Amino acid sequence: MAHVAHAEAQAGHELSFWRKYIFSQDHKVIGIQYALTSMFMAVLGGLLAMFIRLQLGWPGQSWPLLGRLFPSGMPDGQMNQAFYLASVTMHGTIMIFFVLTTLLTGGFGNFLIPLMIGARDMAFPFLNMLSYWLYPPAIIILLASFFVSGGAAGGGWTAYPPLSALPGAAPGSGLGQTLWLISLALLILAFLFGSLNYITTILQLRARGLSMMRLPLTIWGLFVTAILSLLAFPVLLAAAIMLLFDRIGGTSFFVPAGLLIGSVPVDHRGGNPLLWQHLFWFLGHPEVYVLILPPMGMISDILANNARKPIFGYRFMVGSIVAIAFLSFLVWGHHMYTSGMAPVLGTAFMTTTLVIAVPSAIKTFNWLATLWRAKIRFTSAMLFALGFLSLFVTGGLTGIVLAQPPVDIYFQDTFFVVAHFHFVMASAAIFASFAGTYYWFPKMFGRMMNERLGKWHFWLTFVGIYATFFPMHYAGFMGMMRRIYSPQIYAHLQGLQPLNVFVSIAAFVLFAAQFIFLYNFFRSLFRGPQAERNPWRATTLEWEAPSPPPHLNWGETLPTVQRWAYDYSPPDMAEDFQPQAAPAAVPTGRSREGRGDGGHAR
Amino acid sequence: MAQRVLEQMKSLEATRTAGGNGPRAPAGNGGGSGWSREEAAPAATVRVGLWFLLTAVTMLFIAFTVAYAARRTAPDWAPIALPPILWVNTGLLGASSATLEWARRRGRRGDAAGVRGGLTVTTLFGAAFLVGQIAAWRELAAAGVFMATSPHSAFFHLLTAVHGLHLLGGLGALGYALRRTAAPAPAGPVLGGEDLTSAVLGSVAIYWHFLTVLWLYVFFIIWS
Repeated sequence: MAHVAHAEAQAGHELSFWRKYIFSQDHKVIGIQYALTSMFMAVLGGLLAMFIRLQLGWPGQSWPLLGRLFPSGMPDGQMNQAFYLASVTMHGTIMIFFVLTTLLTGGFGNFLIPLMIGARDMAFPFLNMLSYWLYPPAIIILLASFFVSGGAAGGGWTAYPPLSALPGAAPGSGLGQTLWLISLALLILAFLFGSLNYITTILQLRARGLSMMRLPLTIWGLFVTAILSLLAFPVLLAAAIMLLFDRIGGTSFFVPAGLLIGSVPVDHRGGNPLLWQHLFWFLGHPEVYVLILPPMGMISDILANNARKPIFGYRFMVGSIVAIAFLSFLVWGHHMYTSGMAPVLGTAFMTTTLVIAVPSAIKTFNWLATLWRAKIRFTSAMLFALGFLSLFVTGGLTGIVLAQPPVDIYFQDTFFVVAHFHFVMASAAIFASFAGTYYWFPKMFGRMMNERLGKWHFWLTFVGIYATFFPMHYAGFMGMMRRIYSPQIYAHLQGLQPLNVFVSIAAFVLFAAQFIFLYNFFRSLFRGPQAERNPWRATTLEWEAPSPPPHLNWGETLPTVQRWAYDYSPPDMAEDFQPQAAPAAVPTGRSREGRGDGGHAR
Repeated sequence: MAQRVLEQMKSLEATRTAGGNGPRAPAGNGGGSGWSREEAAPAATVRVGLWFLLTAVTMLFIAFTVAYAARRTAPDWAPIALPPILWVNTGLLGASSATLEWARRRGRRGDAAGVRGGLTVTTLFGAAFLVGQIAAWRELAAAGVFMATSPHSAFFHLLTAVHGLHLLGGLGALGYALRRTAAPAPAGPVLGGEDLTSAVLGSVAIYWHFLTVLWLYVFFIIWS
């Protein structure tokens, strides 16, 4: 147990291979396990996206080679409808829950939280290990659903009943949907265990002198995200349990009366499918911010570091993270404008949604102000951070468009929505993850990544994202629906075919470009130049530890924090940064020390 | 679950002996009471984690409540006759909370045998509650009322099952506390003058009393 592990480390004994790398309770190992597993899932999720684009670009086309690889999904090389819908569903499920959530909170959160707050480990290392080890079983169950009768779930990542509640409703509504729910329930438990740990650790184990208002914004983002997860995921768990009851126990929580399946009436009656939508989106919208708050924090730190300037408006940055999190619980209805909700309710949800633009804009302008007149270092991490800014603004603006019920009723379930959330949530979060990887790789593995490959990766990805998703706005504008298997049967969509071919080719290039990253990542793991302790000349605590940090992170003494996290280019000093843990300098009258503490510094 | 949280106390102790984590003690805990900041953190940290765990469980049941309230307004809602054994079960669970408090009081007086006795009785009451809940299901089944019979019975089964699962975790926590208190207690106060036994008991008690209150709540909404 943990006790033994720590005691052995204390006595200088080597842990066994299993304890050290597999069933480890070290937050760094768990973080890297989460990150690598998420990378594997990202490849899978990306591959599914390629299937989607294959079908949309060349519907009905036969691909004999693929047909041999996937005899059931692509008989004679031609993708069938169930396989297409399963690809769409699983792409969304995997990317949102099994890649971004796990990578940002499980990967970066686990690795960074104890290091950035000067702790030896998480508050509950065993619970942390348990959190990770719920993830692979969830993956296995999810992927197994591809091979059961009827194939994987095809009802969309939102799993709306009755399609998801009645096993006979569609091919993917069979065992595949049940496995989907079980897999998600396991993963929710993993998220909850993780969140408990992150919150408790940040509240209880901060180094001496590290007040909340001296925390790096990365930690603020992860902290508020953990609170969001803790409040939102139980609601999805409740909904998933009820849906499982409907599927297995014959109850009618979500299934209305009078449904016919294959002209046979179903036994269920009296349930309310909209109830699922309410419960789902009460999680679903905060989940969007689970994916964007940690990136916002990470980006703030990377921007400040590479601009060599303090982050602009630290207290407003913290306040806007908290405000966005709070508001995210009041906006779920904007996913349901077409569900027949009362117009006055729609107006209320529109108002709360538009209000979120205010803290989001505060953050954006503060980032821009941080960059203003800075001598920017264009590292790969910085390029991705800047790319995040661009994507966040592009996607955020269409969010304002979609927030308005009259407009949204037209755009509901079109590619305009697909474009919107792929910019603001998916791509932005992925860009922040890349930025974070290039930035913290030296700390994680003690080696540097290749900057030249990093820049190639950035430009191909940046252009690839815009080429893939920007034209989708137009497709949606022209009325192209999402999750559509055969767009060519609609006369009004036939003119869009050249555009769809272009988008598909762009998507293939985008996917291919990610192999530059994978090559860079794994090559640098073994061949990268040794990283020094603080290669980016950063202020935050994790750079005080060796690269990579040893078990329990710090030597005999723990770091003591003297100042906030953004003392870049302090006046009257030789160095252009002052680490948080560096002993207090001789006061020079114009010192910026303590700035941003808001008077809370002790 | 609660047991897992408590398992962490071990590792936190280890961290403490490994040089301490430099934790931040709440203001005013600095001195005078004869215990240091490093020693204070583990038990306090478990408490913080525990309260957030209870928050998550509360959110789970809030979601069920919302669904229940929404579902009740449907025209096909018809209440089922709930088995009277539920009143007995409620009494058992209430008694278990009382005996747990009794055990804590014995613990504060340093009566190790009293603590073990109290914990054992609490565990038995808790287990009896679960058996009683299963009996209630069987009674309903004997009367021809199953999970899918009506929306009311669906919610009854759902809520009792999920509460029962959390109670199983609570039984695990009680078992852990029994094991902890059976071993010779390490000397020295860990939390505001409490020794390790009462720190463990205190955390277990928070979770257990929460489950009792949660049951009263579930019983109330399902009966009314």
